[in-house]
Amino acid sequence: MHASQSTTTRREEIRAALSDIAAPSLALVPIGVLFGAVATAEGLSAAETMLMSGFVFAGGAQFAAIEIWADPVPVAAIVFSTLLINLRHVLMSASLAPRTGAFATWQRIVGFHFLADETWALAERRAAAARLTPTYYFTMIALFFPTWLVTISTGAVLGARIGDPQTYGADFAFPALFIALIAALWKGPATGVVVAASAVAAACAAWLFGPPWHVPAGAVAGIAAAALAWRPDPLKERET
Amino acid sequence: MTSAFLDVDPAAFAAIAGMAIVTYATRVAGLALAGRLALRGRAEAAFEAIPPAVLTAVIAPAILLAGWPEAVAGALTALAAIRLPLIACVAVGVGAVVALRAIAGA
Repeated sequence: MHASQSTTTRREEIRAALSDIAAPSLALVPIGVLFGAVATAEGLSAAETMLMSGFVFAGGAQFAAIEIWADPVPVAAIVFSTLLINLRHVLMSASLAPRTGAFATWQRIVGFHFLADETWALAERRAAAARLTPTYYFTMIALFFPTWLVTISTGAVLGARIGDPQTYGADFAFPALFIALIAALWKGPATGVVVAASAVAAACAAWLFGPPWHVPAGAVAGIAAAALAWRPDPLKERET
Repeated sequence: MTSAFLDVDPAAFAAIAGMAIVTYATRVAGLALAGRLALRGRAEAAFEAIPPAVLTAVIAPAILLAGWPEAVAGALTALAAIRLPLIACVAVGVGAVVALRAIAGA
């Protein structure tokens, strides 16, 4: 009786996870193909592209790394920009950690490698409505992670045959994607201040010193602008 | 840098390993910090500004310093981003830059 009950629950968990992660996985397909193609065109081998995709598994940071990739590889700038872009994971994992009571320690240690914007958001939503189980979480990842790897390797194989990306405007795909990502993060005028400060500082740094200095210059300027522009919110203050 | 299919260049490997280490560190940091990280006010505003500040910094030269076709295509992409999903914005940006570069080159 107990066994059959837990089997049913398990099947329901798997079904819920698959139906929740289906749309984000589908949205990942063109992005993955694009990443693979342009990474190859930028000079990364297929092996390097796949190593990065499996072990970093963070779209925004990977796109940024390819954008500043050069010969010789600016290792420090790439690692620094990756750290900055992924700092948000600290908040995401701190928020999800208390909801993983059903996880074994090794399941947290392995599972949190796969914390992406999409899987984190779905795990949080699940935890708000029910107990977050390892079955649900790892089922999501079992679809989402291979989708990332398969689409990127497809893009890498195609990309090697496409040739100069500039002919097709493919070099502009990353800037365009980043504009859309920034728009998705938009939270009103406060974000406008950040974007304006970062854009001006980055353009000046690139013009004066060349790449990759535009990344730390723009990042620091944008963050400083947000701190300077901050004003206490009277509504929030009253609540606390 | 290498173009051979399965080659891994030492500098590229160092960059990828560094990226992997710092990224995993950010993902597990929350397990240790859970419940103790409560940013408020100015610190919270600064922390929330990190993703847009970094994303903007990365692309600003490619949009603002590359020439007018890139600048105009960037503006059109931003307009498209108000309504359209991610991949459609990419299509708008790429389409615009190809058309505008053709005009600029003609």
